[in-house]
Amino acid sequence: MGLLARLEKIARRWIFLVMGLLARLEKLDRRWIFLVMALLVLGPLIWPVGLKLTVSRPVQMFADAIDAVPEGSTVLMSCDYDPASRPELVPMTKTALRQLWNRHCKVVVTVLWPGGPGIVDETLREVAAEPKYRDRGYGYDWVNLGYKAGNEAVMVLMGQGLTGTFPQDYEGHSTTDFATLPIMKNVRNYASFPLLVNISAGYPGTKEWVQQVNSRFHLPMVSGCTAVSAPEYYPYLQSGQLRGLLGGMAGAAEYEKARGEGLGPASRGMDAQSLAHVFVAFCIVLGNLVQRGRKSGGAA
Amino acid sequence: MKREVPLFLTAVIGLFMILSFFVPHQLVSVPADFLQQSAVIVVAFGYVLGGANVLKVNFDGIYKRQSGWPYKLVLVVALLVTVGVGLAEGRTWQDPHSISIWIYNHLYSPMQATLFALLSFFIASAAFRAFRIRTTEAALLAIAALIVMLGRVPIGDHYLTARIPVKWLQMSSIQQWIMDNPQNAAKRAILIGAAMGVMATGLRVILGIERSYLGGED
Repeated sequence: MGLLARLEKIARRWIFLVMGLLARLEKLDRRWIFLVMALLVLGPLIWPVGLKLTVSRPVQMFADAIDAVPEGSTVLMSCDYDPASRPELVPMTKTALRQLWNRHCKVVVTVLWPGGPGIVDETLREVAAEPKYRDRGYGYDWVNLGYKAGNEAVMVLMGQGLTGTFPQDYEGHSTTDFATLPIMKNVRNYASFPLLVNISAGYPGTKEWVQQVNSRFHLPMVSGCTAVSAPEYYPYLQSGQLRGLLGGMAGAAEYEKARGEGLGPASRGMDAQSLAHVFVAFCIVLGNLVQRGRKSGGAA
Repeated sequence: MKREVPLFLTAVIGLFMILSFFVPHQLVSVPADFLQQSAVIVVAFGYVLGGANVLKVNFDGIYKRQSGWPYKLVLVVALLVTVGVGLAEGRTWQDPHSISIWIYNHLYSPMQATLFALLSFFIASAAFRAFRIRTTEAALLAIAALIVMLGRVPIGDHYLTARIPVKWLQMSSIQQWIMDNPQNAAKRAILIGAAMGVMATGLRVILGIERSYLGGED
């Protein structure tokens, strides 16, 4: 038997094997995909690998924008999300708060999502309870004004006066009671803030803040958002309406790295997300190979 | 009159709110503030209306034993219990040991997180079964998707293209270029188109051409 004939025989055997495999994959129970995904996500969460991260330009811009805020000034932070976005947005909220407090800034927090006040309050208190920030007092260094219904209308109203829009804070103290909330003494409207830090999971969120507040009241702002909404905000970043952008858990992890926070919750999550992304990419390629295999099999 | 009065009010208030954007004088800004505050109050009433609507629709479903009625029952009971507990606890609902906070932390929060987490499984399954490359456009979309997906995570740069010495050929640089240029151009076009659509619709509403928001047929 000649070499060519032998090679052809081997090739045929391989093609037969691959076609058989592809045919079997076509009928693959999707629960196998679920199982692999679960293992790929769970594994790195239990045993973090600590994959190396590179800080991207939008993330560095976000950190730089906060660093450019004058020390001791009062910054507005709007946390527009609910528990569904906890893994992506809570880590960046914490890191931003730490960065602001490291610059001795006072922080006024608002929430425009009805499901958000609980998780936002919990997040703020967790950071306030850290040893480094125990001296940051509620009402002095930070205040949580809680939730207000009305979306864009609330944003515009805040431009006329913050205490009018939020007559009480999350705990029920009057925002004009300066003995309890001295932080509010110097807060009138957007002109009182050098920067807006918006952490957003969708509507109402970054887009509405840009359209209603940044363009109208010229308040500089940075945004941290879910990965799925980040592409929508890139035009605002390029136009300079956003001074920085954190996109999803990747953005939060890079921000942790930029701030030297080590293996924070977002960085730990990135191991799992990396493997999940690779698996989804693999599924796209494999799914198309199966499709091609079926087509060529059918044609034959 | 049933239609003329709302149309007139819409036109006047709409024009007034546009004016308030450009004229900061008190004569304009004070009434504009009042209107904004009214809008916030109306939105708050919307929650009450929404809650009542949820109850009505689901009570109907339960009464008529529509498919999935036990789920409707769970929804109604959960809604009534949460509202009832909140009303009973009053101002103390924010106390860390209150039942409302327990419901939020141990039911609402994990259920929302679970629902969102399920996405990863369905995305993987859909990627395998539904993402079919049949045309050149679909192929370009798939290539861009793969690069962005792998370039956004550390595994792309530090493992898949780690040996490429040229920075701009690395996964993260290519994905950043895709995000900054083709993606941005398309997104900007969509944003501009949507904004022009909003302006056109706004004008149609103010001028009384668009009347569908009034409901019913003339």
